[in-house]
Amino acid sequence: MRRSTLTGAATLAALVLTLTACAPGGGSATSSEAGSATASSAALSTDVAAAGDITLTVWDQNTDPGINDAQEALNTAFQEKYPNVKIERVSRSFADLKTTLGLALDAPDAPDVVQANQGYPDMGTFVEAGLLRPIGDYATLYGWDTAFPAQQLSLNSFSADGKTWQGDNLYGVSQTGEVVGVYYNKAKLAELGITKPVTIEDFGAALQTASAAGTLPLEFGNTEKSPGIHLFGIVQAATLGATGVNELVSGKSGAWTDAGTVEAADLLTQWTTAGYLPTGSSGISRDAARDNFAGGGSLFYVDGTWRLSQLGEAMGDNVGFLALAPAGSTDPVTTGGVGLAWAITGKTTKTDAAAAYIDFITNPAAAAVLLENGNLPAVVPADYTPAAGSLESDVISTWNTVNETNGLVPYLDYATPTFYDTITAAVQELVAGQYTPQQFADTLQADAAKFAESR
Amino acid sequence: MVASAALVDGAAAVAPGGSVASAPTRGTRRRDWKGYLYVLPAFVVFAVFLGMPLLQTVWYSFWNWNGFGTATWAGLDNYTEIVSDPSILRSFGHSGVLIVFYSFVPVAVALMLTAILSRSPRLRGLGLFRTLLFLPQVIASVVVATSWIAIYSPDGLINQGLRAVGLEGVTRAWLGDFDTALPAIGLVGTWLGIGLCLVLFLSGVATIDGELFEAVRLDGAGLWREFFAITLPAIRGHIVIALTLTIVAALKTFDLVYVTTRGGPGSATTVPAFEAYNRAFNTREVGSASAIAVTLTVVILLITLAVSRLQPKEDPR
Repeated sequence: MRRSTLTGAATLAALVLTLTACAPGGGSATSSEAGSATASSAALSTDVAAAGDITLTVWDQNTDPGINDAQEALNTAFQEKYPNVKIERVSRSFADLKTTLGLALDAPDAPDVVQANQGYPDMGTFVEAGLLRPIGDYATLYGWDTAFPAQQLSLNSFSADGKTWQGDNLYGVSQTGEVVGVYYNKAKLAELGITKPVTIEDFGAALQTASAAGTLPLEFGNTEKSPGIHLFGIVQAATLGATGVNELVSGKSGAWTDAGTVEAADLLTQWTTAGYLPTGSSGISRDAARDNFAGGGSLFYVDGTWRLSQLGEAMGDNVGFLALAPAGSTDPVTTGGVGLAWAITGKTTKTDAAAAYIDFITNPAAAAVLLENGNLPAVVPADYTPAAGSLESDVISTWNTVNETNGLVPYLDYATPTFYDTITAAVQELVAGQYTPQQFADTLQADAAKFAESR
Repeated sequence: MVASAALVDGAAAVAPGGSVASAPTRGTRRRDWKGYLYVLPAFVVFAVFLGMPLLQTVWYSFWNWNGFGTATWAGLDNYTEIVSDPSILRSFGHSGVLIVFYSFVPVAVALMLTAILSRSPRLRGLGLFRTLLFLPQVIASVVVATSWIAIYSPDGLINQGLRAVGLEGVTRAWLGDFDTALPAIGLVGTWLGIGLCLVLFLSGVATIDGELFEAVRLDGAGLWREFFAITLPAIRGHIVIALTLTIVAALKTFDLVYVTTRGGPGSATTVPAFEAYNRAFNTREVGSASAIAVTLTVVILLITLAVSRLQPKEDPR
């Protein structure tokens, strides 16, 4: 009896000791290995056929209909061009990718190519842990460094230690461009006698006119919590301006309690109090909101250009897209950027094939495939002309304008690893009147301050 | 089950041998050793799939770690955070509210139904009612949650019903309203729990000798008298089981919240299991997530122990 108790205790102690031998994550060779891999720039090659029969495991989040079709077409074409490569595609919704990609990258059989979200929560964490390979060498080889605008490349860059976003190492290139903006019902706009709003002030006035005429001004469904970032984001972009938001999100300067942000929160509060947004928006799903707008239930709807193919199909030429400018300006400033960065993982040994694949799905030929399937490519080919008066032409011209005038501001959840959680909950509190604009701003600033301290 | 029985037997066989001053016989020893051998497979499975992860979680809870990089020692920080961070405290508070909806209400309702149903055991179609009431237990919780999203939605069944009877003013997005979201989720739990409790209680009633009922009825006892004198004492053990199962279900709630509200609006419906998941996989605070998970486990164990003390000392049969 006594001996068996002893044995039991010893076993338990041994177990605990095994566990306590090292700190979680510490002592793992991953980061140092990846670090050294970056230094050794073995001869790069664009010759995919030389790699022999290989399988490339690719994780993407291209699950929406239009982009899924494009991705499938591109994958098929790549495998036809290089019969020695088999692509194993793992496609997850954005939310699922966000929760599982980290574990996959850390696993021994990590995928070869992944779509990583920009900013501190994902890309920063991965870079810090050595889970992504810097691709500056391939960017020179394939000419990505000149094919993409500098602003786009900077969004996909980090310092080597993962501590500074928009740093000096490139970790991925993006396939698509994204702008969050306002979709509007053309017939309703004409019916109400409103001219297409240009500034945030025009937009506020249009909301008021629609409301007075008994039309729901702005459809908003926020059960999933993420639409709140977009709605608040486009308002803040117009009140704080491009530089202000960019400095704030990248942690360079400014505070979330500064005037521009509080003003945006205040506007949102005014709109909800006035009934411009549906009551109970936190109980309406984003898809239900989109469907209601598409069915003529409201004048405006805020979402990203990734809705292009769905809304275009549902509403034909009756839907337009615009981005708002700050008061007194005509240059739109809005949330957006590029789609998730296509990156090479730190653990893959098939870097040449991985780079070739990334080039294949982001080059001008790929852009044509993306356009064909109703998507906005990161770089729209100069000779491409969309049908006049179509939603596509609105989206492309907005994209080109904000790129030329540096009017893009990053997604707010890039700010800190916990920011997505903080801001999505806070927007729900704000539109329900649980937070005053100042309380809302304080909540965001508290999160940012905590992160700044830990960096 | 078999393995744990072997453990008990083995321990019983050893105990007398150990306590007796004289050396145990060889025979006892051999049996003793064999006993552990029977337990071994089960123990290995337990140790690998439950014990290790459990110890690991406890270990992680003492670190600040984002899941990838190097961790820094946090000591008890993650635990002090639980009592000092209002958002975590609130999530445990929400669990308390859910216990009422998941456990107390279903047990009370099921007891009432049992009182009525046991009075007329030859009720026609009793089997059908039992099956219908138990059905929610069989359906995957994601499906349950999705159906209730539709029922609670601004144009859902409940609001349509309210509009039909002229209560337009009461309608709202039930899962999107700060005041109603948590009770709305709780009511789904109630709906889930009633069937389970009722089936448990009815099976308890089935073990009561029918003559007992006849005897009290001859004495002129009414429905309630009969229930409190016979049925309730007889199914006390079943009530404890029902309470344990439903309270644990309330505390473990994750899927309903994840699918219906993601903890929202704001943080009106966050629960500890959701917080743990969210911190581990979304906000990358693995240490904090582990500490919440460990605390939740301890709370569940303590409450289960407390409830089990209500268990009758003797077997009612």
